[in-house]
Amino acid sequence: MTTYLLRDVSPLGEARTDILLADGVVAAIGSALEAPQDAVEIDGRGLVALPGLVDLHTHLREPGREDAETIASGTRAAALGGFTAVHAMANTTPTQDTAGVVEQVWHLGRRAGWVDVFPVGAVTVGLGGERLAELGAMAESEARVRVFSDDGKCVHDPVVMRRALEYVKAFDGVIAQHAQEPRLTEGSQMHEGVVSAELGLAGWPAVAEEAIVARDVLLAEHVGSRLHVCHLSTAGSVEIVRWAKSRGIDVTAEVTPHHLILTDELARGYDPLFKVNPPLRTQRDVEAVREGLADGTIDIVATDHAPHPREDKDCEWAAAAFGMTGLETALSVVQETMVDTGRMTWADVARVLSSAPARIGRVDGHGRPLAVGEPANLTLVDPAARRVVRPEAQASKSVNSPFGGRELPGRVVATFLRGRATVLDGAPCDGGSADAR
Amino acid sequence: MKHLLSAADLTHEDALRILDTAGQMAATQAREIKKLPTLRGRTVVNLFFEDSTRTRISFETAAKRLSADVINFSAKGSSVSKGESLKDTALTLQAMGADAVVIRHQASGAPHTLAASGWTHGAVVNAGDGTHQHPTQALLDAYTLRRHLVGERGSVDASGRDLHGLHVAVVGDVLHSRVARSNVQLLHTLGARVTLVAPPTLVPVGVEAWPCDVSYRLDDVIVDGKPDAIMMLRVQRERMSSTGGGFFPSPLEYSRGYGLDARRMASLPEHAIVLHPGPMNRGLEISADAADSDRAVIVEQVANGVAVRMAVLYLLLAGEQPTTNRSAE
Repeated sequence: MTTYLLRDVSPLGEARTDILLADGVVAAIGSALEAPQDAVEIDGRGLVALPGLVDLHTHLREPGREDAETIASGTRAAALGGFTAVHAMANTTPTQDTAGVVEQVWHLGRRAGWVDVFPVGAVTVGLGGERLAELGAMAESEARVRVFSDDGKCVHDPVVMRRALEYVKAFDGVIAQHAQEPRLTEGSQMHEGVVSAELGLAGWPAVAEEAIVARDVLLAEHVGSRLHVCHLSTAGSVEIVRWAKSRGIDVTAEVTPHHLILTDELARGYDPLFKVNPPLRTQRDVEAVREGLADGTIDIVATDHAPHPREDKDCEWAAAAFGMTGLETALSVVQETMVDTGRMTWADVARVLSSAPARIGRVDGHGRPLAVGEPANLTLVDPAARRVVRPEAQASKSVNSPFGGRELPGRVVATFLRGRATVLDGAPCDGGSADAR
Repeated sequence: MKHLLSAADLTHEDALRILDTAGQMAATQAREIKKLPTLRGRTVVNLFFEDSTRTRISFETAAKRLSADVINFSAKGSSVSKGESLKDTALTLQAMGADAVVIRHQASGAPHTLAASGWTHGAVVNAGDGTHQHPTQALLDAYTLRRHLVGERGSVDASGRDLHGLHVAVVGDVLHSRVARSNVQLLHTLGARVTLVAPPTLVPVGVEAWPCDVSYRLDDVIVDGKPDAIMMLRVQRERMSSTGGGFFPSPLEYSRGYGLDARRMASLPEHAIVLHPGPMNRGLEISADAADSDRAVIVEQVANGVAVRMAVLYLLLAGEQPTTNRSAE
């Protein structure tokens, strides 16, 4: 295995030092380290070293929609985005609701070798919302599932939600809820407000999210379970989670990069690239989720990377699919909205994009401190770089990025998975996956 | 003006130019030979993804009176019902050389998508999209209001004048109405005051940003607001069922609160006129007494629709170069 010596990098944006990666671990940290024989030296001046990013919310689409993304293409995109681990959402075809399917996804992730793939298990059979899937079997499978979600659909039945929250306590699991009251959002197309009223698009009201978040934190309190709120998008949800945490309820929450930066005003051109679920909200909500992320109410940023084939976005708004890609732009959006605005440090970025999601997902070996003896999962970022997003040039198989043509700060220069480079000089190390096989 | 997608896109000047041109078009329609040679050799496609015989016939008549070739493309019985996309349909029509595409679609924004996509090089005219816009309906309503309420009654001499000082009440299912959205914007642009009247369930969240007043009480608006015109919107009976959204308890309760009947007609100012975009639900939002009264201008709206659509097609197409068949390039 190649040994890498990272010269003069800034761990978490702090004082420069050298980091030696050898035998899959961080072998040494210090200034002017002596290069072992055969070590590849990387000039890290100006680069920030972060623990490898961990995404708690990725749609890899395989099995079933390999036309949109495969585990290989999606995880390659993830590595280019600075990630070393992703959680693959359960809404595949067939659904990841049995030990067999989650193990298949886990194996395909291992074979691809770009990042560690942790399959998310469905809460209910076929995401139907009625009968619990075999959560225990998935937890005990080779895939060691700890995060369960019907994402894309809400576990709306309060009794089913209660049972799921209770049941996963046996193996320290967590229910990641897609908070969307279904009756309040029938046929909904975008955030309900001034813009939807004018555009004549059926509204997705904030209360449909907040009502479920409120119910779920109370259920979690009642049964003493762990709840995770997926892609929280409204100011009201931030308030509810803040209140729940102040009561000691074991709840965590995520926000997506796009909800940190984009608003419902973008629907005005009827371009389905901006159609996403939950929908883009108002500037007030954007401000609230930034505030919530900065003060720790929102624990993590997760991409909700949702690739779709071109034909599903090249049509009228109502006919288009919900979702946008995000793995290759997430870190840049967080830098633009949180770091460059002075609201967060790079250490905070490491928390919300690595250590906290790893903790919520109960993932070993990721989100660890940059310290000697830790697994060599890390990424190097050039925060001074600026780039114009070109969806066609991204590694994701799909091009439905809402940031096409937009200039964003920051560039992932290198990513290491257990000491092996998956990305060097901003390019994927395509041969690199071999030693994972 | 390259396309007509939304009433909000029309400036005061644009709107007056269309209304004045419509007046000239209407004058030609009183002649024995109604047909003008203006758009000879141009092709207008009526692309209707949603049933609407009235609007389609109106556009077809308008195009034919201007000597354009008209192709009617309706989604039913076409490849669209077999799953062909808007994109492929548009590309097909483009290959056939459409100079203008008049589109009616159930999806809000479909005309925007068509105009912005580059799938067609022709002018796009929105003939009603989902619950968004129906700009030619608003234009024909404004034209009708002007004819009756501005200047000499019943003459076309209102030319050049807007609707300043008029008060128009728009009553009914505002939430689902593209007619209401278009009218609020256009009538405001033309200087009229608009009051929307509906049960609160049929008023969209976010209406506070619209340039109009909102009331839940029709009788108060009639008595206190003394509207110069009252425009009744169609209310679908299905809206009361739980599957239809349960927006009101029963058709009877709706009629009692928001229907235009003989009693309310009597309370309206004497000069006030009654409009309805059609098709009417007699007995629900409008009684036969009101619909057939001599103050109802509903049939005239239909005739004015042709003149207004002639004006729109004329202004969009006359003077433009015919599109070449680009697939042959």
